[in-house]
Amino acid sequence: MTASSPHTSPRPTLLGLFLIFSRIGLTSFGGGLSGWLLREFVQDRGWISEEDFLNGLAISQALPGINVKNMAIWIGHRLFGWRGAALAVAGVLVPPAFVIVVLGSVVGALILHPLTQVLIAGAAAAATGLSLSMGVVTARRVRRQGLPLLLMAATFLAIGILRLPLVWVVLIGGSLSVFCEYVAIRRGAR
Amino acid sequence: MNTRILSQLAAIFAPLSLVTIGGGQAIIAEIQRQVVEVHAWMTHSQFAADFAISRMAPGPGSLLVTLIGWQVGGFWGAVVATAALLLPTGFLIYGVTHIWGRYRGAPWQLALERGLRPIAAGMMLAAGWVLLKSLNGGLPAKAIAVVSLCVLLKTRVSPLVLLLAGALALLGVNLIGADLPYWLQVQLT
Repeated sequence: MTASSPHTSPRPTLLGLFLIFSRIGLTSFGGGLSGWLLREFVQDRGWISEEDFLNGLAISQALPGINVKNMAIWIGHRLFGWRGAALAVAGVLVPPAFVIVVLGSVVGALILHPLTQVLIAGAAAAATGLSLSMGVVTARRVRRQGLPLLLMAATFLAIGILRLPLVWVVLIGGSLSVFCEYVAIRRGAR
Repeated sequence: MNTRILSQLAAIFAPLSLVTIGGGQAIIAEIQRQVVEVHAWMTHSQFAADFAISRMAPGPGSLLVTLIGWQVGGFWGAVVATAALLLPTGFLIYGVTHIWGRYRGAPWQLALERGLRPIAAGMMLAAGWVLLKSLNGGLPAKAIAVVSLCVLLKTRVSPLVLLLAGALALLGVNLIGADLPYWLQVQLT
């Protein structure tokens, strides 16, 4: 089953699952958590098959929710049912949640000083570049066709410029878009 | 413990949970609208600083909501905001885990994946735009954002290094500030 992996650990445990997710949560900076998950669970330990992992990844990305949390639920559920899912999510979120609150308090104290205020504004500017680049990268993956491009532009306009409530924009734009794709796929199938 | 603020936090983040398509970045623009414009819990530049902290800190970037919850409503604010963002989709994924694999490649799945992609892209672009507009520091800060965008598109620089470089770059502009024309100076609010 997992014989191809040379580092297969004897068997997963609940505590081990929690600790691996904590470690990934605490040591991953700026995204890319899925890559670490693949390495820890598929390549290093062989607790999950690669096909299973990739199916989970597809679901995590297609459905709403933070990708890594979705992956934690998928992997945890595969290994230990609902207890595994709960512990995996706790592992990947709770320890970094403490870190961000501490970091936020430190920055909140520093921002009173003019010099650190400039430094924080500079870091915020660079972080905005990070956000812009994610936008550009996802936009590049959109099919170069009239309707998808139009829907992308309309979503940007509605949320970024007109500041309309997001939930309604996604419900209306998303169902329209999915419906059109569904019709297109059905037509293509015939 | 302020129950009014806690219920407001839950009312903001629980619906957003279900429209977080393509990752946490998608809802940044809406979080900013709610927190800064609708509820006026913080200023534009405070929000931009929080966003930077969420990129500096380890773990998922969506822990931004934990930080906002903490600042707005203390410990319970952090707990409520985080839980509101996580639980709705958590249960959804948990349920779908059972059925999704069986229908792999079904037309409705393809339609869902393809159809949501342009919407997610529009949301991501809006996040970048809204953050760009709320930056503190005037034109130099906006220039740093655009330069860091270009660097990220060309190279695989670590985000931490990038944030540090951005901080030092703005400090540098600020130090030579008095000699620059007014519109090129760092302006903090």
